Amino acid sequence: MNIKNLTNPLSLNNPVIVQILGICSSLAVTVKMKPALVMGLSVMVVTAFSNLVMSSLRKGIPSRIRIIVQLVVIAALVILVDQFLKAYVYDVSKQLSVYVGLIITNCIIMGRVEAYALGNKPWDSFLDGIGNGLGYAAILLIIAFFRELFGSGQIFGMQVIPESWYIANGGFYSNIGLMLFPPMALIIVGCIIWIHRSLNKDLQEK
Amino acid sequence: MGLRKIVDNLKPTFSEGGKLSFLGSTFEAFETFLFVPNTTTQKGAHIRDCNDMKRTMIVVIVALIPAFLFGCYNTGAMVGLSGFTAFLYGLVRILPMLCVSYIVGLAIEFAYAQMRHEEVNEGYLVTGLLIPMIMPVSTPLWMVALGVAFSVVFVKEVFGGTGMNIFNPALTARAFVFFAFTPQMSGEEVWYSKWTMMGAQVDGVSGATALEQLATKGDMQWSALDAFLGFIPGSFGETSTLCILIGAAILLFTGVASWRTMLSVFVGGLAMGYLFQALGVTEYPAYYHLLVGGFAFGAVFMATDPVTSAQTETGKYIVGFMTGALAVMTRVINPAYPEGMMLAILFMNALAPTIDYFVVEANIRRRKNRIKTVK
Repeated sequence: MNIKNLTNPLSLNNPVIVQILGICSSLAVTVKMKPALVMGLSVMVVTAFSNLVMSSLRKGIPSRIRIIVQLVVIAALVILVDQFLKAYVYDVSKQLSVYVGLIITNCIIMGRVEAYALGNKPWDSFLDGIGNGLGYAAILLIIAFFRELFGSGQIFGMQVIPESWYIANGGFYSNIGLMLFPPMALIIVGCIIWIHRSLNKDLQEK
Repeated sequence: MGLRKIVDNLKPTFSEGGKLSFLGSTFEAFETFLFVPNTTTQKGAHIRDCNDMKRTMIVVIVALIPAFLFGCYNTGAMVGLSGFTAFLYGLVRILPMLCVSYIVGLAIEFAYAQMRHEEVNEGYLVTGLLIPMIMPVSTPLWMVALGVAFSVVFVKEVFGGTGMNIFNPALTARAFVFFAFTPQMSGEEVWYSKWTMMGAQVDGVSGATALEQLATKGDMQWSALDAFLGFIPGSFGETSTLCILIGAAILLFTGVASWRTMLSVFVGGLAMGYLFQALGVTEYPAYYHLLVGGFAFGAVFMATDPVTSAQTETGKYIVGFMTGALAVMTRVINPAYPEGMMLAILFMNALAPTIDYFVVEANIRRRKNRIKTVK
């Protein structure tokens, strides 16, 4: 049971490519791999701990006001994460700019709290949060890998494509500028979904 | 009919149960390319005509030939050649791009048809010729290949193949290459060939296109007659308005393209041009817009695409008019894109179904009201 909580969201119940949640941020922060990794980990931390806290409180909260309580918990966690990023990885925090604050509105977090944490035990919920965060981070990294490789010729900021290939240096190659724009990220998400569903036939709609 | 016999002899090998049955779609494609098929469509209401889709596509290709031939000549003329040498130079120069476009595009089409066990559609015959004609002549071949692959996969096959696409595949290929490799698709050098052969003067040949000159200086160095005949730099097949009009005549005479769309694109562009002239935004005559850049080519060969344009007659007027007007608006107001035709057509492709919907709804309402008044 516990292990499934962790592994299911990685592929068969992935929040981005199966539940189609959190698309907005996966288009916005995936130009480079480093911000994408930091963003994925931040979301994982927030999802895991908001699941843990809400699951512990689940019996004490009247269901009428549960949404506002969830928002307070999530917002507090996001502010913590934001402060942490500013303290330790300031340059990435600058690149992510508003998107760290916007984790509050990430559908995955509230979706998991509503769908899972409010009806399950704290430890299970915590693992579920970790799993969903990891699933989100994995997709972000895949998208960012292609965008950074073809858009800037780099992986994690290191030049992978030899400089001598570029047209400016007498070569033939040129970065695909379109990769730096969000529309191309959406097309990459589409391709991932396409491949994923052709590998998992039971996910295909009739 | 020796050829018919050969085809008939080969048929069992490729049919169900034959040795090469996995290549059935490919065989079928070549058979119908050579001979008009003797089967007819079983279901649905159809207008009976001697033309199948392959024959229609051939008409479009014939209509493209004048502009293509002139493109060859102009490519040579731009690097200081003249006469037949210029034509030969251009022909040799464009051949690699043409081959890349057809090989990549058809390979993907055939692969898809085989995977889905469908017939190979002939839609790519026209797209494959259009793509080199709307690219600058010095576009690197691998970029062309990438653009072709992108548009065939994501614009055509994903939506269900020929006839199901929302956007014009040839234009999407250009749009992809334009936004992906902007430095290789704009500027002053890309419009000229760099191949040194047959005595071409390629060193230091560069210069802004007529469009860029109009956008930055408010005038161009060529006369309107030169622009009409096509002796200006530009994408391979788009420069000569005269040759495009010959193609337009072929399309209209055979009834392949809609005169409503074509006419209203020109009217829309002209109207917008005169509006800007009257407002004092532009100094040059409004009809310049119809002569330079890809306006005429887009109006005749792209906007009239029967798949992506509006389906209703009224819709065709609206879509055409707005395409022309938007193209001129983009050219004049947005300095980042001297050529607005590509974006205008793609944008109106996206809007065409909505416009069709409202035209149909309006028709239904009109007829309902008619019943009410009779009662």
